[in-house]
Amino acid sequence: MLYFSKVKLLVVYFLIVFFSLFSLSNFIDQDNFPLSKKINLGLDLQGGSYLLLEVDMDPIVIQKIQNKLILLRKNLKDIKIQYKSLKSQNNKITFQIENENIESFKKFFYNKKNSLNNYYDNYKSYEMDIIIKDNNIEISYSKFGLIEIKNSTVDQSLEIVRRRIDEVGTKEPTIVKRGSDRILIELPGLDDPNRIKKLLGKTANLTFRIVSNELDDFGSEILSFENGNNQLRVSKRVVLSGDNLENAVPSLDNQTNQATVSFTLDRVGAKRFGKITSENVGSRLAIILDNKIISAPSIREPILGGNGQISGAFDFQSATDLALLLRSGALPTPLNVIEERTVGPDLGEDSIKAGAYSLLIGFVLVIFFMFIRYKFLGLIANTALIVNLFILIGILTILEATLTLPGIAGIILTVGMAVDANVLIFERIKEEMKIEKSSIHAFDMGYQRAQSAILDANVTTLISAIILFFLGSGPVKGFAVTLGIGIITTLFTVYFFARHLSSIYINIKKNKEIQL
Amino acid sequence: MIKENIINFSFSKYYRKFNFLSLLVIILSVYFIVFKGLNFGVDFKGGTLIEIRVENKNIEISDIRKSLLKMDLGDVTVKRFGNKKDYLIKIEKRNTTNENFIKSINNKLNLDLSSDIDFRRVENVGPKVSSELLNDAILAISLALAAMLFYIWIRFEWQFSLGAIIAIIHDVIITLGIFSFLEYEINLSIVAAVLTIVGYSMNDTVVIFDRIRENLRKYIKVPIEEICDTSTKETLSRTMVTSITTLLALISIYIFGGAILKGFSFAMIVGVIVGTYSSIFVAAPVLKHTKVTSKTVLKEDEKENN
Repeated sequence: MLYFSKVKLLVVYFLIVFFSLFSLSNFIDQDNFPLSKKINLGLDLQGGSYLLLEVDMDPIVIQKIQNKLILLRKNLKDIKIQYKSLKSQNNKITFQIENENIESFKKFFYNKKNSLNNYYDNYKSYEMDIIIKDNNIEISYSKFGLIEIKNSTVDQSLEIVRRRIDEVGTKEPTIVKRGSDRILIELPGLDDPNRIKKLLGKTANLTFRIVSNELDDFGSEILSFENGNNQLRVSKRVVLSGDNLENAVPSLDNQTNQATVSFTLDRVGAKRFGKITSENVGSRLAIILDNKIISAPSIREPILGGNGQISGAFDFQSATDLALLLRSGALPTPLNVIEERTVGPDLGEDSIKAGAYSLLIGFVLVIFFMFIRYKFLGLIANTALIVNLFILIGILTILEATLTLPGIAGIILTVGMAVDANVLIFERIKEEMKIEKSSIHAFDMGYQRAQSAILDANVTTLISAIILFFLGSGPVKGFAVTLGIGIITTLFTVYFFARHLSSIYINIKKNKEIQL
Repeated sequence: MIKENIINFSFSKYYRKFNFLSLLVIILSVYFIVFKGLNFGVDFKGGTLIEIRVENKNIEISDIRKSLLKMDLGDVTVKRFGNKKDYLIKIEKRNTTNENFIKSINNKLNLDLSSDIDFRRVENVGPKVSSELLNDAILAISLALAAMLFYIWIRFEWQFSLGAIIAIIHDVIITLGIFSFLEYEINLSIVAAVLTIVGYSMNDTVVIFDRIRENLRKYIKVPIEEICDTSTKETLSRTMVTSITTLLALISIYIFGGAILKGFSFAMIVGVIVGTYSSIFVAAPVLKHTKVTSKTVLKEDEKENN
């Protein structure tokens, strides 16, 4: 156990220097140092905001079922099947047909080229489920149909969330999909996520509709204004939607000095807008955002250039935000914030200081204790401990791991527990010295006999760390990473580095008295 | 006698007394956990947690509470947190839909307290996420226990596995019992602490077990009590040194690591002390109760050799 080949030593010391250099790159000015990697600080240390959003699937399913209903009505007409009481309810379409038509409808329904009921090759399954009871037919989304909707909705939302956050211009945001219906956002350095939450809380579905004079609910509905309690009856027909916007910018109205949003329509939109405004001179045009009327100006003359202005009760900030929302496009469905964690930058700084301070003190205490207890061998253990710390930080740097406050606690804990392996060995050597005459032999046996206990002890802690890594979230994951890597670096330093140092020591001392 | 003892103390003589003590503490802990309950934080219960720093030193907790009560937020608790100027506000009402919620609290406090108020930390966890986090935490701890059981079952005979697992459950229950008694908050970092305790306690137990097994192979006719005694003594100095160095590191975190790590380091300190105790006075006695002899170990060795 005390013999090392030259090659092995070379590798060991190369690794130590290699990892230590990386750990140094965290503390040295980057300009004077060839390595540019650094450990990432978690949001709890550098401050920032963590948001977990969930897409609200209900409205989207209702909307999709509506579309299917329209398609179905058209399809039934095409294949000439008479139907009764066709309606959508609770995410289902229900209707009745004659018994003799059921077979032909089934054939139509399971036709793989049918756009009413898409067939997914990858799932080997259909988009819709059908239940037939007598002549009652019920159609709803199948499990896979819902998965497809979820996936496409989240992907679409992800894109728009990204655009909106990019427009706000926070530094290095992380925006990723989490599970099937969630989006995780990390915004380092942001201490007030209110504006972001506001921007993400709106679907920003913009529509232009004509204010209606009808009185029934068939073709029109009553909507309220965004500010105040006024209501207005508007046509259900959407003249133009936000999809046709090419650009939107905040601006100031020269006459009233009010903040407004100026928009530019694309070619199709401009054409349609021109036609509608020509036909409806004298009527009022309601500008509606998420089912709330922003304003409803009268159409004085046809607007042909594709440019327009939305005025409302805006200040410059809200005009800027509305323009941003319109530019980035509408979200397919509302996003709900289901988890939010924000740490202010000064708390983060305090945490770093406290973490570093306690690490230093814990380290000094352990080193001091080890020296008192084991004298010269204690020094070896302490050197190993320092090297261990450098390697640990070096590996965290290379992996660009995220250091969190519990992660720092994990490092301190590693310091406390890392000496364990050396303690096991030293205590064992002590015991062997009582039996053995040759101290070289005692050292050898000490290392050999302690091996199984060391292995067991570290594997069990490693198991905890791995489980924490996979099931823990955020800061706790950071703890698992440092604890787990700490165990590996500990075993490395104890079995290669500290053992080599002790072998040198024992060779110098030979059989002279060895203090333990 | 196997050989001269380093210290003149028989651990096995006290097994009975300490087993009673452990049983008593476990019953008390279970009583507290069941009837007093655990003080779950927002991570597991949902709700909102806000850490604020108030620059004006004349502001009292009651002022903050009064101001918040006017807002009709449901159950609100306010307490000091670490630094004299820092307070922790916990709101149980699950209000995650209103994006202006935090802002309105900020405005209200600024208005009522007429002091500079800094929102240092905000945690807002919805009911769905909190129940998921709780499930994950329970899953993680159960999985860790199962994995430990499996590992030790491969490495040792079943009596040893039983001893180790009883010791771990003992440690986890007592740690949680103490948290329940002191009404300390259980959050995600406490779960991390409990998992680390599981690993640490296991570590400690395994070292002693390893030695017991070695001695069982060596001294075939010696009764198990004496084997346990000798093995405990032989490994005692290692047990103490490792506990002390770990505790030194943990105490340093507890005192200097800031308020956020207090709960975590406290749980770990309790766990290390209880874990060290349990490997000597809980795990080893199980071997006596399950009548482990040298034969048990040697039989297993034979099986492996075949």
